[in-house]
Amino acid sequence: MVKYILKRLGVAFLVALTVSMITFSLIYVSGDPAVALAGEAASNEEIEHIRKSYGYDRPIPVQYMDWLGRALQGDLGRSHYLKEDISHVILTRLPNTLILAGCAIAFALTLSIPLGVAAAIRPNSLIDRFALTLAVVGQALPSFWFALIMMFFLGIQLRWLPISRVETWQGFIMPAIALGYYVTPGVMRLTRAGMLEVLQSDYIRTAKAKGLRPLTVLFKHALRNAIIPVVSLAAVQFGFMLGGSIVIESIFAINGLGFLAWETIQRGDLPMMQAIVLVLSLFYILITFLADMLNAFLDPRIRVT
Amino acid sequence: MSDTILEVQDLVVDIPVSAGMLHPVQSISFKVDKGETLCIVGESGCGKSLTSLAVMNLLPKSANCTATKLSLDGEDLQSTSERRMSDIRGNKMSMIFQEPMTSLNPAYTIGNQLTEALLRHKKVSQSEARDRAIYLLEKVGITAAASRLTQYPHQLSGGLRQRVMIAMALMCGPEMIIADEPTTALDVTIQAQILHLLADLQKEFNMGMILITHDLGVVSRVADRVAVMYAGQIVETGTGKQVFENPTHPYTQGLLECIPIPGKTERGAHLGSIPGIVPSLVGDLPGCHFADRCRHVMDTCRTGTIDLSPSFEDGHVYRCVQTPEQCAANLKKGAA
Repeated sequence: MVKYILKRLGVAFLVALTVSMITFSLIYVSGDPAVALAGEAASNEEIEHIRKSYGYDRPIPVQYMDWLGRALQGDLGRSHYLKEDISHVILTRLPNTLILAGCAIAFALTLSIPLGVAAAIRPNSLIDRFALTLAVVGQALPSFWFALIMMFFLGIQLRWLPISRVETWQGFIMPAIALGYYVTPGVMRLTRAGMLEVLQSDYIRTAKAKGLRPLTVLFKHALRNAIIPVVSLAAVQFGFMLGGSIVIESIFAINGLGFLAWETIQRGDLPMMQAIVLVLSLFYILITFLADMLNAFLDPRIRVT
Repeated sequence: MSDTILEVQDLVVDIPVSAGMLHPVQSISFKVDKGETLCIVGESGCGKSLTSLAVMNLLPKSANCTATKLSLDGEDLQSTSERRMSDIRGNKMSMIFQEPMTSLNPAYTIGNQLTEALLRHKKVSQSEARDRAIYLLEKVGITAAASRLTQYPHQLSGGLRQRVMIAMALMCGPEMIIADEPTTALDVTIQAQILHLLADLQKEFNMGMILITHDLGVVSRVADRVAVMYAGQIVETGTGKQVFENPTHPYTQGLLECIPIPGKTERGAHLGSIPGIVPSLVGDLPGCHFADRCRHVMDTCRTGTIDLSPSFEDGHVYRCVQTPEQCAANLKKGAA
């Protein structure tokens, strides 16, 4: 187990390192950063001055090590546009995005896993058909459109929920549903397929032959095995939600990382963009690592060799 | 009568399939006494496994199962609720399956899966259940039993897994045990060990046992009674001695010709084989099911229903239009 954890940690570290290199090189993707910073009317001296004062004249590996060293200490530089510490800006925006993505994945899982299990217990039954319909509709509806429809009915017509901002917890309900429902079909279909397969397996027959209660057979013996691929999928989807909440955060005017990313792209604020990509990637890596750990806990074939 | 543990009369299993109605088990009757081993022998697809699943009430939902009598220790299993049935399964009657590689749950330790049945059926503590598991693992010939409890199925070989399955089936001290081809998936060298182990345990714990197997060599040694199944029917049944010494039905005769006998079968001699394939059991099949493959087939074999009729001795019955004497003569002719 320790060996497995160390291996996964090593992989996570290497991925993080690679991501940091790629995000660092973002600065140079759109051309000379000093020219971009100086503006259109700048003279050559001004550009040189900026290049020197920002350290862009040093060799790129040196700049990277310098940037990485400061990033490791929590210093992600200053935003050219906001004139603020990037770390500070990100820290104030991050909680909203984390809460939103957390609620969204929780909503998606609590809806899709029980529905997938129920559909697998009685294939082709009414509940299976309902689940299938939901999956098709869910996959086909773009989340921004679904969000607008919800806003219109629940927010404007019925006035049940606030249509924007998250000053109260109610504000999170609609965005979480809008963000989470898109994940529901995939997770549900995977749960259903996994359960169907596991319920046919020999060890389920053994469990029944032992006279175990149907619920024990279903949850202890079947779901534990069927859920393993679902964990991996849910982790990937959770990562997408962190980054993909750009659309939902913009629609509901939630001051989160996604909204910040959208603003930043519009302003061409490269260091900020760099930091957002880095932070989101690190979260993605963290989630994947945690999912690997959870799977190792669920499946001894991973953990015990 | 009182020592009969399992009694099955006219067990019928029907499964609707796209081509019509499949009749994999057609009016099977047998009984098993305490401490007795019934061996069910037959080719793949003859309905052996479905018979055992029907007794355990573990048939797939699509299958219809009826019987005029299906009772365990005097209790009618047909009218019992599924709840009561689950109290019986793994407790008074347990089953060992043919696929040890996939019959254990990969997610739980051997110890967890062993104690689970006992904790479900009996009022025992965790540590008592653990002690029982260790005792039985030692009984089935597993060394370092205590340390095995924390291992997972994937850490064990097929032979060990099947031993674990046997120990699991014995956890609650069942009166009846059904072993469905317990050695099919195992190495040849392990097969005999496992079958002998089962036979020994069955004697030691005085259980009734149904052993479903292809291994006629083992059958001849462990069987008190033998039922030969062909295409959904029992074609011959009797004590092991009766069936092996006076095989009456042409199919039984054919099966016995397929095994070499040390000292009797000459080196280089051809072993027997039965030509043809098992008939489809979709729809009604008139006459003798074995007719198409039988060397001694006659016109009368193809019509009506052929019932089990008594052979030479009491308790030995067979399903053929010819008299026992004719059948015995056929066997001599074949051997000559």
